[in-house]
Amino acid sequence: MDITSDTHSTHISRQFNQELEELKTHLMAMGGMVEKQVQDAVFALLENDSRLAEKVRDNDRQVNDLQIQIDDECTRVLARRQPAASDLRLVLAVIRATSDLERIGDEASKIARNALTLSENSNTVRGLVEVRHISEHVRKMLRDSLTAFARFDTELAMQVIREDEFVDGEYGSAMRSLMTFMMEDSRSITSVLSVMWVLRALERVGDHANNLAEHVVYLVKGLDIRHTDPDTLDQQAAPKKS
Amino acid sequence: MLASRHVDHANQAPVTLFPAEQCCLTIDRFSLAYAGKSALQELTLQVPRHRVTAFIGPSGCGKSTLLRAINRLHDLNESVSHSGDITLEGHNIHAADMKVTELRRRVGMVFQTPNPFPMSIYENVAFGLRLQKRLAKRQRDDVIEWALTSAALWDEVKDRLHRSAWQLSGGQQQRLVIARTLAVQPDVLLLDEPASALDPISTLKIEELIRNLKSQLTLVLVTHNMQQAARVSDYTAFLQQGELVEYGPTDHVFTNPRLQRTENYITGRMA
Repeated sequence: MDITSDTHSTHISRQFNQELEELKTHLMAMGGMVEKQVQDAVFALLENDSRLAEKVRDNDRQVNDLQIQIDDECTRVLARRQPAASDLRLVLAVIRATSDLERIGDEASKIARNALTLSENSNTVRGLVEVRHISEHVRKMLRDSLTAFARFDTELAMQVIREDEFVDGEYGSAMRSLMTFMMEDSRSITSVLSVMWVLRALERVGDHANNLAEHVVYLVKGLDIRHTDPDTLDQQAAPKKS
Repeated sequence: MLASRHVDHANQAPVTLFPAEQCCLTIDRFSLAYAGKSALQELTLQVPRHRVTAFIGPSGCGKSTLLRAINRLHDLNESVSHSGDITLEGHNIHAADMKVTELRRRVGMVFQTPNPFPMSIYENVAFGLRLQKRLAKRQRDDVIEWALTSAALWDEVKDRLHRSAWQLSGGQQQRLVIARTLAVQPDVLLLDEPASALDPISTLKIEELIRNLKSQLTLVLVTHNMQQAARVSDYTAFLQQGELVEYGPTDHVFTNPRLQRTENYITGRMA
């Protein structure tokens, strides 16, 4: 049975409604913070803003703290309420989502550290076009997966999952271009390697956004689509007939 | 594929959850009314052998009525009328050649409040056996030890078998009642809220016992405690207002029920 974003606010116990609502709100707050971290990290890199990069690196601690706080709330709900069905799926999806968001935070921090390394490099950095291009896709994936979570929207979640395949393809071709740069000019190897780490981090952000979208499908439909062949996914996640 | 594993609604064509050879009890379009007031409406479900099946639902939904019907406890109530069939291992329990005493030997029942007889622990377990057949004392002793061991009570009472059963704690009394039922070697054990009057530790002992008894017989459990149904049962049937709403594997019913009504009940929502 599919559920909607209102499903968790109709318990006889108002306190329970409130606890589940808080879980969602706090997860969204963490999502917003992580989204900003990725955005700032990429901006710091592209605009050579080392102060912003330092800020991103330092803010990672707050993301980690939020993960611990939300996981604690989930533990309390599990222990005190013994949730079932969609309530149980919400708690599980939130626990899984905080783990992915925390990892995205780590990737943002990695991008920021590479931005700092690159800012010390006086030569022109090559590969930034690729970074800009892939970061736009990945940030959209992240934003959409969080929106899908907030709205319990499985169609949007499926779009994110499809987008991930595209990003993986773009990442492959960007890596090939960067290797060409390294072969052309061996002095650029250090900086191009840093850009490669950044691209790798962005690609991982895409993977985690993809995971978030999978958690949305689990939450709404009770289907675990992790490790499922993408070709069969569309059939499974299609809305059920009433 | 999932849809074929559930009985959606009693009024729809019955959906087979198990092959016939795995069914211990088959309830087929069974309806029951008290003085013309409908209590169960065309219930169809199969109870698999050597599994625990839980009936859950709000008060007055008919789950206890159904359990009692399986044991023909409504026979003496003249205001009760019923239609449809309940078959036990292929035999209709209302058939002319089905003796009610034999049915109740094959289908044991345990109630909410422990009801040991006012006699010794030993005599409580021996009671059904004595009615059923004459046994030499040694044979009878063996059966009683086996029944008490199966009910996880032997070690606690073996030194005081001839003391009054009323000296036992509530949890021990309930296990004694289960031992009394097991002594006549039933095929099915019906449990009507067996742990609702017990403390948490005694409850866990009863639940552990239910789990262990699965290898010997088929268990049907009625409970208000959904966590208990989730913990011990293999299949769960959700009843509401005399109808079977949803029936399926417990794992599925408690993580992803198919119907909104089931979801509302097990998650504590307003319907």
